[in-house]
This record gives sequence, C-alpha cells and structure tokens, in this order.
Amino acid sequence: MRELEVVETGPLALVQDLGRPGYAHLGVPPSGALDVPALKLANRLVGNEEAAAGIECLFGGLRLRAKASCTVAVTGPAVAVEVDGRAVGSHAPVWLAPGQLVAIGAPSRGLRCYLAVSGGIAVGAELGSRSRDVLSEIGPAPLRAGDVLPLGTPSGLARGADVVVPAVAATELVVPVEPGPRAHWFTALEAGLAKTWTVTAESNRVGLRLDGTPLTREGEYAGKELPSEGLLTGAVQVPPNGKPVVFLADHPTTGGYPVAAVVRQASLPALAQARPGTLLRFHSSTRVWNR
Amino acid sequence: MRWRAYGEHAALLDCASLTQTISAHATVSSARPAGISELVPGARSLLVVEIPGSGALAAVRELLSGADLEHPPDGEPREITLDVTYDGEDLELVARDAGVSLDDVVRLHTEAVYTVAFTGFAPGFGYLTGLPEPLRQPRLVTPRTRVPPGSVGLAGEFTGVYPRVSPGGWRLIGHTRTVLFDPRADPPAVLAPGDRVRFWSAG
Repeated sequence: MRELEVVETGPLALVQDLGRPGYAHLGVPPSGALDVPALKLANRLVGNEEAAAGIECLFGGLRLRAKASCTVAVTGPAVAVEVDGRAVGSHAPVWLAPGQLVAIGAPSRGLRCYLAVSGGIAVGAELGSRSRDVLSEIGPAPLRAGDVLPLGTPSGLARGADVVVPAVAATELVVPVEPGPRAHWFTALEAGLAKTWTVTAESNRVGLRLDGTPLTREGEYAGKELPSEGLLTGAVQVPPNGKPVVFLADHPTTGGYPVAAVVRQASLPALAQARPGTLLRFHSSTRVWNR
Repeated sequence: MRWRAYGEHAALLDCASLTQTISAHATVSSARPAGISELVPGARSLLVVEIPGSGALAAVRELLSGADLEHPPDGEPREITLDVTYDGEDLELVARDAGVSLDDVVRLHTEAVYTVAFTGFAPGFGYLTGLPEPLRQPRLVTPRTRVPPGSVGLAGEFTGVYPRVSPGGWRLIGHTRTVLFDPRADPPAVLAPGDRVRFWSAG
C-alpha cells in the first residue's frame, strides 16, 4: 500500500478536501480547505482530481516521509520546500522516491500551505468528505508525528507547468461585501465597515475575529435579541461588543447574533491567508444597504 | 414574512412565528425546487442558498408568495420515538418551577408531540418545539461545563437532546441511549427539521 508517514506537523496540519456542503440543516458545517484555489492547484500539479484530499499546513513546519514513490506539490503562499535537505521550491510537482523526506518551511507571508500527493490522502471519509472540521470535530483528527497516511491510486500524470506564480498574501486587505440580512440593525454600517480592522490571534478555521472601532446598533435594535438563524461562510456577524467575526468554513450553522454583511465568495481565499495583525477594510457594493 | 438579502447566492425569509417558519420549511422541502444547495431553518427564519445561476431563489420566492404559512401543509413527516430515562439532575428543579410532581414532569414531557424546528449548536442537535407550557423554563443561571451525551434538556420554548459531550445551560430532565449523530451512519442524524418526535419513558 502507498503511504506517507508524518514526521513533524508544525503548529497544525489537517487533512482537507472541498468539504461537505449540504448538511447545514443537520447542524454540520461545510468545512473543507480554506484556500480552495490553492488546494485545487496543488492537486492539478500532481495529476489528481481537484477535489482530492491534501494537507492544509498552518505556518509550515510539516515534514513527511514517502513510504512509496509519489509526486507531491506545495501551494498557497510561496514557501521553501526541501527534499532530503535540497531546496526544490513550492508550486511545482516534485517526485519522491521511497524513504525521501519532504519538508515545508514557514511562509514569509500568508498562513496556510497545501500539500497534494499523487492519489490523494485516502483516509476514511465522513459525510462524503475527508476534511477535518475543527468546530464539530468531524473528519480525521489533526495530524500527529508518527501517523501513517494511506494514499489513493494515482489517476493522472503530474502536470509539467513551467512556472506557477503564487498569489501574494497582502498585509492590507480590501474585502468586498454584500449586505447581510441584519444590515438595517446598524448605524452608518458602510462607513463603519470601511474603517481599518485588525485580524486578531483568536482567529481560526471557524472565523476571523477582528478588532477595531466597534459597530453600533440603531436605537430600535439596541440590546435586541435575535432568534437563532442560519449562517454562511463569509457572513460578517456582529456580537454585542460590536467587533465583527467573519465566518470561515468551520462556522456554526446557526447563530444568535446579527449578520451585517457577507463577504463576496471570490475574496474568501485571501481571508484564509490573513495572519493575525493583517489590516482589513470592507468595501460595500453599490446595492442598497440600510433598508 | 419578509425576504432579506444574504450575500450573492442566498436569501433569508423573516417569519413572524415558529409556526410560519415550520410551514415555510415544509413547503419548500416538499416541493424542493432544483438548485437549492442549503435549506436552513432558524427559530424565526428560513435561509435558502442556491447553486449560482440555478434560479432556485426566485423559484422559492414564487413558491412561498402564495403559501398559507399559518397552517403547515399536510405532509407525512418522519416520526421518531426516543426512549428516555427520566433521571436528569434538574428534574426536581423543573418540577418545582412548574409546580407539579416529578411524575407529572415525565407525563407532560412524554404526552406532547414535538416538531424539529431547526438544528445548530452541534451536529445532530435539534431544537424541538411543542413543549407544554409548564415546562417552558429559563436556562440554568450557571451553564454546566460538561453535559453528557444523550442528555435530554429543556430551555425556553424548546426541548432537545445533546448529541455529544459539550458545555450546556439547558435544564436536564433525563437521558437517552439513542446515538443522535454519527458521521459514518446514513442518515448521519436521527433528527432533521420537520420530523415529529415523541419521548417514551423507559423507566
């Protein structure tokens, strides 16, 4: 059987594919890779279907030993990748002989790298996905040194792209948003969202927690309780302290605080790479806001 | 009833009551227009997410614009019975606040027929409506840090079962051995929105 052995994990290494959407009505978050284009690219580079499971590696430090010959590729922010101590670079397919060790360094910008391997990580699926959901604890447990990961059967040939230019994670983000269902609860919402927010260290796969000038509610909604309602990835929820949380893939499926805005889907990958300390402003579209 | 924008591919229906919410959910569930990727009821709302370009949101709006939401449509909901041992740590507190005996709490809880209004909090956790008035009681002032799986509790207008170990502030009246959620089972959750639920006293 083709396998990969985990030698070191770094701060957090999780198996991720494209998640398990469609179960929100049962209380199951969608989960899946936070930077979806990065995982898809890594899979294409090694000749996999885009939906194959790979490893989402938070801030580098992952080291794996090939127990059979395989092809790997690392994507996300540009990052040092070594095979047996020799620099091979990210964003390119790399062939490993049995026994060889691949190591991912810490990215100088951004947060999450993705490692795909030919055949994909073939641990057992739950609800149709191999993604680890950190909120619900569904899917394979976070990787630990000594884990041996089964690999699937390679389905295609590694792609010989000459050069793939990695996306550069910004230190200041402008995030386009659409109105949320409770936009009308807030005073001067567009102006408030357009101020500078800082991504805090409490952020994780559940959501980005922001610090900045608190948003305030319109008088008639001050102190009002909201019956629990459905949540989506990208929902900008505002708890009573006025500091928004932008929900990411492992978000709860219902919540009792108002959602003021919703991040446009095309910007979610950039949020996946937003380190604590990243400055962020929301840019609202031209649609009518306070209704 | 009013539609609210929810980003690029979703809309939220504000409902005036839990009855309207359950009716709207049942109406959309039974017709199930093509292209809905998620249909998530809340306590007073229904979130509809469409596959981009499918036109499902427009179809749902059309479907609900003429619907009578004061009377849930006649359907054939799934009926589920859960065996419960009524030995919860808060049973006496619930009886005292309701002004009834311990046996009456069990009788009240088992005589009612509940509907799964919505889910959340944890996978497989259903908020069940239909609780008799005397059992509608506030949450604990100090939530427990660890509620065992299978615990049957009540809070406000809802009763429900904790699918797994978690913190929780609901008043606990008993426990069931039924596994409420198993991500490797099909279906993974015993309870889904719209299901009818009864509790049976297993002594």
